[in-house]
Amino acid sequence: MLSPINISMESLNLMTLAPMLIPVVGALLILIVDLFKSGQDKSMYVMLSLLILGIDFAALLESAGVFAKDGTVMGVFDVMLIDGLAIISQFIIVAASILFIPLALTQKRFHEFAYPEFFALFLFMISGFQFMVATDNLILIFVGLETASLALYTLIAMHNRDKSFEAAVKYFTMGALAAGFYSFGSMVFYALTGSIEINQIASVLAANNYADIGFVLVAVVFMLASFGFKLSMVPFHTWTPDVYEGSSAALAGYMSIVPKIAAFVVAMRLFEFLIHSGVIWLEVVLYVMVVVTMTMANIWALVQSDVKRMLAYSSISHAGFVMAAILIGTTQSNSALFLYWILFSFTNLGSFTMLWISRQKNLPHGQSSDHSFDKFAGLVKTSPLAASIMALFMLSLAGLPPFALFWGKVYMISSAVTGGYTVLALIMALNSAIAGYYYLKLIVYMFMKEPIIIHDGDVSVTNATLPLKTIIGVATIGTIFALVAVNPLLEFITAFVYNSGY
Amino acid sequence: MLDHILSILIFFPALAAVLGFVVHKDSMRSYGVAVSIIEFALSLWLWYAFDNSVSGMQFMEQVALIPAFGINYIVGVDGISLFIVILAAFFTMIGIASLTDTKDIKNMIITLLFLQMTMVGVFFALDAIVFYVFWELSLVPMLYIIGAWGGPRRIYASVKFFLYTFAGSLVMLVGMLFMAYFYYQATGQWSFALLDWYRLILPETFQLWLFVAFFFGFAIKVPMFPFHTWLPYAHGQAPTIGSVILAAILLKMGTYAFIRFSLPLFPDAAVFFMFPIAILAIIMIIYTAMVAYAQKDIKQVVAYSSVSHMGVIILGTFALNVEGISGSIFLMIAHGVVSGALFLLVGVIYDRRHTKLMSEFGGLAKVMPKFATIFGIMMMASVGLPLTINFVGEFLSLLGFYQQSHILTLLAGIAIIVGAIYMLAAYKKMFFGEVTKEENKNLPDVNKRELIALVPLVIITIWLGIYPKPVLGPINTSVEAVVELMHEKAQSEEAKKRIPKIVEDIVITKTSMKEAH
Repeated sequence: MLSPINISMESLNLMTLAPMLIPVVGALLILIVDLFKSGQDKSMYVMLSLLILGIDFAALLESAGVFAKDGTVMGVFDVMLIDGLAIISQFIIVAASILFIPLALTQKRFHEFAYPEFFALFLFMISGFQFMVATDNLILIFVGLETASLALYTLIAMHNRDKSFEAAVKYFTMGALAAGFYSFGSMVFYALTGSIEINQIASVLAANNYADIGFVLVAVVFMLASFGFKLSMVPFHTWTPDVYEGSSAALAGYMSIVPKIAAFVVAMRLFEFLIHSGVIWLEVVLYVMVVVTMTMANIWALVQSDVKRMLAYSSISHAGFVMAAILIGTTQSNSALFLYWILFSFTNLGSFTMLWISRQKNLPHGQSSDHSFDKFAGLVKTSPLAASIMALFMLSLAGLPPFALFWGKVYMISSAVTGGYTVLALIMALNSAIAGYYYLKLIVYMFMKEPIIIHDGDVSVTNATLPLKTIIGVATIGTIFALVAVNPLLEFITAFVYNSGY
Repeated sequence: MLDHILSILIFFPALAAVLGFVVHKDSMRSYGVAVSIIEFALSLWLWYAFDNSVSGMQFMEQVALIPAFGINYIVGVDGISLFIVILAAFFTMIGIASLTDTKDIKNMIITLLFLQMTMVGVFFALDAIVFYVFWELSLVPMLYIIGAWGGPRRIYASVKFFLYTFAGSLVMLVGMLFMAYFYYQATGQWSFALLDWYRLILPETFQLWLFVAFFFGFAIKVPMFPFHTWLPYAHGQAPTIGSVILAAILLKMGTYAFIRFSLPLFPDAAVFFMFPIAILAIIMIIYTAMVAYAQKDIKQVVAYSSVSHMGVIILGTFALNVEGISGSIFLMIAHGVVSGALFLLVGVIYDRRHTKLMSEFGGLAKVMPKFATIFGIMMMASVGLPLTINFVGEFLSLLGFYQQSHILTLLAGIAIIVGAIYMLAAYKKMFFGEVTKEENKNLPDVNKRELIALVPLVIITIWLGIYPKPVLGPINTSVEAVVELMHEKAQSEEAKKRIPKIVEDIVITKTSMKEAH
């Protein structure tokens, strides 16, 4: 006979689920609205999504307040883990989504935004990412990851161009492989320790002093490969440029930020204890991976002829740069990861939005791809403001002070210095110099070359509307005046990361 | 207002540049001139209010930027930075005033004003990160000036300029972060403030590594042999105004940073590297002088001679005594005036003939007597003729280094004589002999606008050559403090010996005065 299970609702602490459930409820609401009266204008769905995300953000503020007061909160059979990492990363996820969703309000009509499913899937995806970061249960991470990924594949495919299908299928295949690796890695961990909670795994492994090191390494290899795919680390990066090229510029910008921060948080939870356990081999592998990802992605980016592909490689390189934080594994480096990513979100979303507003419906004669460098040649002549803003984003990405990313870079390199990784710090610095070249290339095209392709009208703003311009304005202000925000951000992040024990 | 005069000096040009977007392009030149005159007047006012007897920082301001990470906006001025800033304000002024017909003049002037902000900021900054911000930011306007208004290979030249300096500075940034980390280890607090760092005494091995890291950043900027290859391209392709600012001010950032950072922070390392760097400097002086002799293009001659003279500045700096360092700072100003003027003069002739090849000229002294006279004076100053501004600086620099090594100084001295040869040869090719080319027969002499820019430079060249004290005095006071600090901080026997003790000298004179009584 099974004895009845008595659990008080109190101990379940269901409030921990609130931030994840809000987008789910919102998504269902959107579907219901469509059920009653279909064919609504996209602006309605955009605003509805914005409001839902706003509520989500408010719920996060609430849980941040709880964390600041009581520390880490567990809930729902201790599956949910609301610690500082979970809260900061959810802030990034939701804020970046808030900046992304108005990009649907374009001048030109793109048919994916006509479907309410787009917005519903988008909200489901956010909920998936939120689950992923707010737990240390390997199964729930998997569920969150797959919810989010499957929604994302669909969003890419909805862009409805030849290359979009290719991109979606490619991403899907790679994602499936990564999921396989992930589940296999988790399985080995479970077999070794009898647990699927990361902190349990850590304590069991530590208790028997890594007796089965061979199996641990097998598990780690699979996990590394899985996160390598998600974070587009070399050599698992091959899908990234194609997928970015196939999806719309706005979505590509989004993909370079949100899925990655979620994966970073999980990687941080998982690899942190492994690195500190003194499994020397893992440190070497991660070191090599970080350096190769940074350097090779930079070198590939040098030879791209399309701005979007260049930015894709640049985002790979930035991911490698940030992965160094997990390798270093100090409180400072983990805080640097979040600081870097927040500042990166503004700049990168801004630069992808600049591509988005210059998106033409049909390619003019002589232009090889949607966002080829040639298209931007001599832009300063036709629209100096757009050229200046784009140049600003490029300079920020290159890490030129005093723009946003510079502060992230400084803090990150400083954490490498503090953590005793001198050579790594130098490699990171020199990689920024290599990266300088391809960001400069776009500036050279915009400011120093004569126009190559004759456009009818101002190409830089063909797709612009007031909402899009607002987003660019926000990104621009964030990029220029990041300096003001760095100190409060740093204090907030450091406190949260430190109090979560990382 | 005087409490914030440094911030005003830094941000006034930037504000003016932003407002400049509104100004109509026909009035832009007047706007630019007016703004730069105000800026120059403010810098003169700073000189007037400056207390010559104080050796430390004056007019200091401090605003917290990122206190959690020890980054603060700290600015201050002392005798070392004062005159370079005045020079920067002065050259921006005459640079804008002498701008000839330039396309997109509005963009040019806005860029120049932004550039001025970064230049002034670098010399006032007393926080390493703030220094770094201005240092890096100065690359962008210069990149644009070379890339948008330059010669046929402008894009290659501008990108090369940017990447070279950018890469060097990033190594320097790692050095700065290390320095802050050592400070954190010593005190438990993050700080990037230079004056805090001055109090930190590092073990010699650390000093050596950090010195090398900073050296990359500074040496590429100066540029020292073998990192000098970007400069001839940049000068060759840059428009006149770009070359003038580059030679007169931007290169001085490197040599200034040596005095501000490398010497007081790492005195032992400075002594350790004294001779290697001195040898590099002498190679730089001789080698570039020889290269200059082989040039066909007058602008390249001036460019290489400018590099050559930067070698003397480095040599003076690494004499590590008061004469040498004061001399090198004075030479920075002198070099700024003279090479700036020479680039302006090359610009004058280029505007008329659209060529810079010396073989295209000849006998210009007959056609353009005023031009030939001014060029002659400036050339003599560049060669280091006594009673011109360069002579004072070169003499003091060499005198300083003579106390460290006789042979190396002698070599450098000979090299300067070699320097005279190429300059005189170039002058001969351009100005003497018969007028061979038909186009040169009717060249107009310098006009009023050009004279406005050139005559003040001639006056300064001669005035400070004859009576350098108003400038040399404050420099000397501040340099004494730096050398004293270095002597105090030095740990090795060698360093204590090489870096003279200043205070003791004063004590000796006091006792000797007593004895005299």
